[in-house]
Amino acid sequence: MHNINTDIAFTYLRTGKKMTMIAMLGVLLGMSLYIFMNSMLVGFDRVSNNTIFKNSPHIRIFKDDIISQPLHPDHQMIDMIVNPQIVPSGDGISNPDEIIEIIKKEDFVTAVSPQITTTVFYNIGKLQVPGTVTGIRPEEADKMFDIKSNIIEGNYDHLQNNVNAIAIGKGIAKNLSLGIDDNINITSSKGISRNLKVVAIFKTNNSVLDKTKSYINITAAQQLLSQSNSYITDINVSVSNPEDATAKSRTLSTLTGYASESWLEANESIMAAFRMRRLVITFVSLTILIVAGFGIYNILNMTVTQKINDIAILKAIGFKGRDVVRIFLSQAMAIGFMGMTGGIMLAALFIFLLQRVYIGGDIGYFPIGYELSKFLQGILVGGIITFFAGYLPARKAAHVDPISIFRK
Amino acid sequence: MNILEAQHITKHFYDPVKFQVLQDISFSVKKGQLLSMIGKSGSGKSTLLYVLSTMDTEYDGKLWIDGTLVTHKSNDELAELRNEKIGFVFQFHYLLQEFSCLKNVMIPALKLGLLDEATIEEKAIQKLDMLGLKDQALKPANKLSGGQQQRVAIARALINDPHIIMCDEPTGNLDSKNTAVIFDIFRHLTRDLGHTIITVTHDEEFARNSDAIIELIDGRLV
Repeated sequence: MHNINTDIAFTYLRTGKKMTMIAMLGVLLGMSLYIFMNSMLVGFDRVSNNTIFKNSPHIRIFKDDIISQPLHPDHQMIDMIVNPQIVPSGDGISNPDEIIEIIKKEDFVTAVSPQITTTVFYNIGKLQVPGTVTGIRPEEADKMFDIKSNIIEGNYDHLQNNVNAIAIGKGIAKNLSLGIDDNINITSSKGISRNLKVVAIFKTNNSVLDKTKSYINITAAQQLLSQSNSYITDINVSVSNPEDATAKSRTLSTLTGYASESWLEANESIMAAFRMRRLVITFVSLTILIVAGFGIYNILNMTVTQKINDIAILKAIGFKGRDVVRIFLSQAMAIGFMGMTGGIMLAALFIFLLQRVYIGGDIGYFPIGYELSKFLQGILVGGIITFFAGYLPARKAAHVDPISIFRK
Repeated sequence: MNILEAQHITKHFYDPVKFQVLQDISFSVKKGQLLSMIGKSGSGKSTLLYVLSTMDTEYDGKLWIDGTLVTHKSNDELAELRNEKIGFVFQFHYLLQEFSCLKNVMIPALKLGLLDEATIEEKAIQKLDMLGLKDQALKPANKLSGGQQQRVAIARALINDPHIIMCDEPTGNLDSKNTAVIFDIFRHLTRDLGHTIITVTHDEEFARNSDAIIELIDGRLV
């Protein structure tokens, strides 16, 4: 139905085109920056997490060290052990196959991969370089950590069925001047030495890792530590929702009886930095949008002051307080709607352009996407701010006392 | 028949000091009367008009309009009552500058919402025609002369066929020629069309020619 309130509101908007445009542009810019910055944040988080997931599993299950306990836990007796130590009970998970089966039954688990991590020396002649060797099931590990994307030379697949093969970091290759098909001798902490053939060289974004880390087949690692073929030190688990990994890690720990750690806990300091980044971007983007709200507020306040005679006569001839609120609030909402529509389009344009900017490194193109949730969030926050920016001057207009105007 | 009845209307101003503006005012207005309220500046005649108009609700006493007690009604109820039963003309025209004359006249009827827009438009043109402004109907309100604007304001006051038209010095800003025109219109409205008009005026000739005169001195009726 044709409504006289909106009719008046839109006539004011039309006749005050310049002011309407300015307020609208404010919302447009605020809205586009809000959506754009929040989408960028999502992109940044995604890149950061991907980097972390190349080295950290979502959840790692391992055997925690056990400290020796008093022989008589009865407090009436004197403790027989005066110098508690780590019990040398072996650092492996004793029944890995069974535990893997238990973990796989959970429906939030997407992948499970056992692993052995041990410290070794890389030997060339008399030179000994310390480092760590990770024994993996190559195919499973690649699915979890995307190792293949880091391979710069050779063929990672050769690790699959070859206990004499090794994939080394670029730093090791350089320091020991090794190439593909060269031999390397490694010595384990158990004093066992083996000659292995380099089948692949990888490069991560961490040069320390590149100088120390290497991958071998899990069977080779068991041989290196002179353990049986059921020996493993860690079980890595991927879950469907990584954000929820800490809670799921507790569940798995309870189920298996072993210690567990989520990627969030393992990378606590990086997570703190992420939280800070999130806080700053959220704060800045929200401030920009609120400033746009001030634009609407200002201009409507000015309109109310300019139209105070109109408000007085409208109230005299029978417009109620809420009619006056509607007249001014619908102006604010119209400005907000136009601004937000434009802002959404501008944000989409920003994202479209930035997606095509090449950054380089292991990031590649600028990590930003059309995040529907952030667009919706922008509409919601923008709508709320617009409402209040319009409601406050509208309420002021509704409280105008017509008599005080007519008496002048 | 009394279209408006006031009983013992008393009002105080509290700012800056307590001051009695209206003292125990009682009178009634008959349908079809042209009533002039006169008095010196500060005598309280405008204040009385605003009380009668229902816009000012802070008074003691009782007020009936068209047989209904309006004292103590809520602001929203009073707004509806004003919309339907009272028309206003002020010293200044208070037209909405952005709208055409026609639209200005139509606004109270659109607010009332009893008729469809086409009928309202027809009615508004009729009122403008009666006031000799038919050819100005589509011009923006701010393009008209002072006398013409005041006549548009009168047309706006008439659009809902109100029981009472209240005027606060409607000719205060007009020259004698336009004053005469407005007076003739008021005469026509009361005598021929049965509207009731209550007007505050400084113009003695205007008052002398009306049906009844109320004079206020220091908030008292004489």
